[in-house]
Amino acid sequence: MSLRRWTVTLLAAIVALMTIAPLLWMVSVSFMARGEASQFPPPLLPDSPTLDNYRMLFGTFGLGRFLANSILVSTLATALALLFTVPAGYAFAKLRFRGRDATFRMLVAALVVPGQIGMLPLFLELKAMGLVNSYAGALIPWLAGIFGIFLVRQYCLSIPDEMLEAARIDGAGEGEILRRIVLPLLTPIIVTLALFVFLSSWNDFMWPLIILADQNLYTLPVALAAMSREHVQDNELMMAGAVVTTLPVLILFLALQRFYLSGLLTGSVKG
Amino acid sequence: MSAVGRKSEARAGWAMSAPALAAITIFFVIPAVASLVLSFTDFDIYALADLSNLRFVGFQNYERLVENPLFWKAMGNTLWFVALGVPFVVALSLFAAMLVNSRWLKWRPVWRVALFAPYVTTLVATAVVWRYLLHTRYGLVNYLLSLFGIAPIDWLGDPHASLPAILIFVGWKTFGYNMIIFLAALQTVPRELEEAARIDGAGWWMRLRHVTLPAIAPTVLLVSILTVAAMFQLFAEPYVMTQGGPAQSTVTILYFMYEEGFKWWNLGSGAAVAFLLFLCILAVTLVQLKLAKRGGAI
Repeated sequence: MSLRRWTVTLLAAIVALMTIAPLLWMVSVSFMARGEASQFPPPLLPDSPTLDNYRMLFGTFGLGRFLANSILVSTLATALALLFTVPAGYAFAKLRFRGRDATFRMLVAALVVPGQIGMLPLFLELKAMGLVNSYAGALIPWLAGIFGIFLVRQYCLSIPDEMLEAARIDGAGEGEILRRIVLPLLTPIIVTLALFVFLSSWNDFMWPLIILADQNLYTLPVALAAMSREHVQDNELMMAGAVVTTLPVLILFLALQRFYLSGLLTGSVKG
Repeated sequence: MSAVGRKSEARAGWAMSAPALAAITIFFVIPAVASLVLSFTDFDIYALADLSNLRFVGFQNYERLVENPLFWKAMGNTLWFVALGVPFVVALSLFAAMLVNSRWLKWRPVWRVALFAPYVTTLVATAVVWRYLLHTRYGLVNYLLSLFGIAPIDWLGDPHASLPAILIFVGWKTFGYNMIIFLAALQTVPRELEEAARIDGAGWWMRLRHVTLPAIAPTVLLVSILTVAAMFQLFAEPYVMTQGGPAQSTVTILYFMYEEGFKWWNLGSGAAVAFLLFLCILAVTLVQLKLAKRGGAI
């Protein structure tokens, strides 16, 4: 039995190591001197670790600007998505109003339509509104988060109606009930949703690529993709760029993984 | 449930859902519908400058697409991605889930997080990393292969290797997500069932085929539907790793749509591509559901 335990665990360890090896190597190469990684066999660890690549990224290439753009866009996207979807999710779960169930069924049906279908008209729409090439344009798709509404609604269904009724009898208004009673109960799902939106908007590529033409507005993935086309040979530099782009979300995920994984199951299995 | 609740409750219900519904209508529903309308126009860079240049052209965009070899190339490549990628990703995810679900496994949460980690990384960043990993001369992948005496493969430069190379990256990036879904399903399969089969002398493969797979069939269906949709939507992977090349071997439908719409500014034609992409996803999903029904999975 014990042998079996070790075999299975060893196998899992090997598979896990193979999975995160590209990430570990990315970090390792980012500390190598220029050209050091272009040898055969490829070195696993830097000969003498250096921060030169990071210095060059933030100095010559102005990566700080793109990092700030990414932080700004993802933070605003998260705040706006919560503002729009949390009240709606609660309303669809707990407030009785005419047309509620029919509307919700349509939303669920719309969930299967990929967002890229409407990308070209959306671009024209935002152009007419003067939002092309602005942060606002990059934020727009996050307002229309059907998945968020769905996630919050699932969670709200477990709130007992008696609790809301009691508050109504005590004379609390509907807005007050949402703020004082419901929101505190929703904390876990709000953290989950915030994490989802922050990570997805941070990692998003196609929409910001389309809507942001001005280099000063580029988010990290767009800037990194543009850099990688010009600096194909500078592996060490590109790895450092990849570290700056992906490490923030990776750390955020590791810190809040419990919320992320539980939300993922609510969203996919029950859906 | 009564159709009409108290008046103030109903008012609050509408007030709380109205902003989200308005945003969804303006920025999701209208563009999606407009895509179909746009696909029947000759919207191009001239119409972009002055709307009076816009004309309805009926099915002309679709007719042109059918005659465009690059469109068929993109279509064919995407179908290859679906045909190879879906079984590959499903098998990889199921294997990982079964490994993590094994009752002999120690420190389960550690392995689960490690295997899931690639999914939350930034696609563009890891695509850059993998482009380097797959480098013909200095890449770690070819180095590992060389230890087994395999000659270097020009992963991203050979039209026959480029599509599998991107699939390896996509598999690495996404299997963790499906693994979590499979894990949840596997945890509902009673251990006794597998134990009984083991006592009856069923081997690993027999147990997988006759006990585990039937028990989690709906989840296999769910994961394959999600993966089909994901494979139809590949864009950043070829954009960063190969720019559609070599010899257009990694141009996907979405990549083609992007170039049609935002490189050449043929927005009418691009919208037609988007609409065809939607029909493809819908058709394949419906076929999957039908097969599953016939097979008794749902």
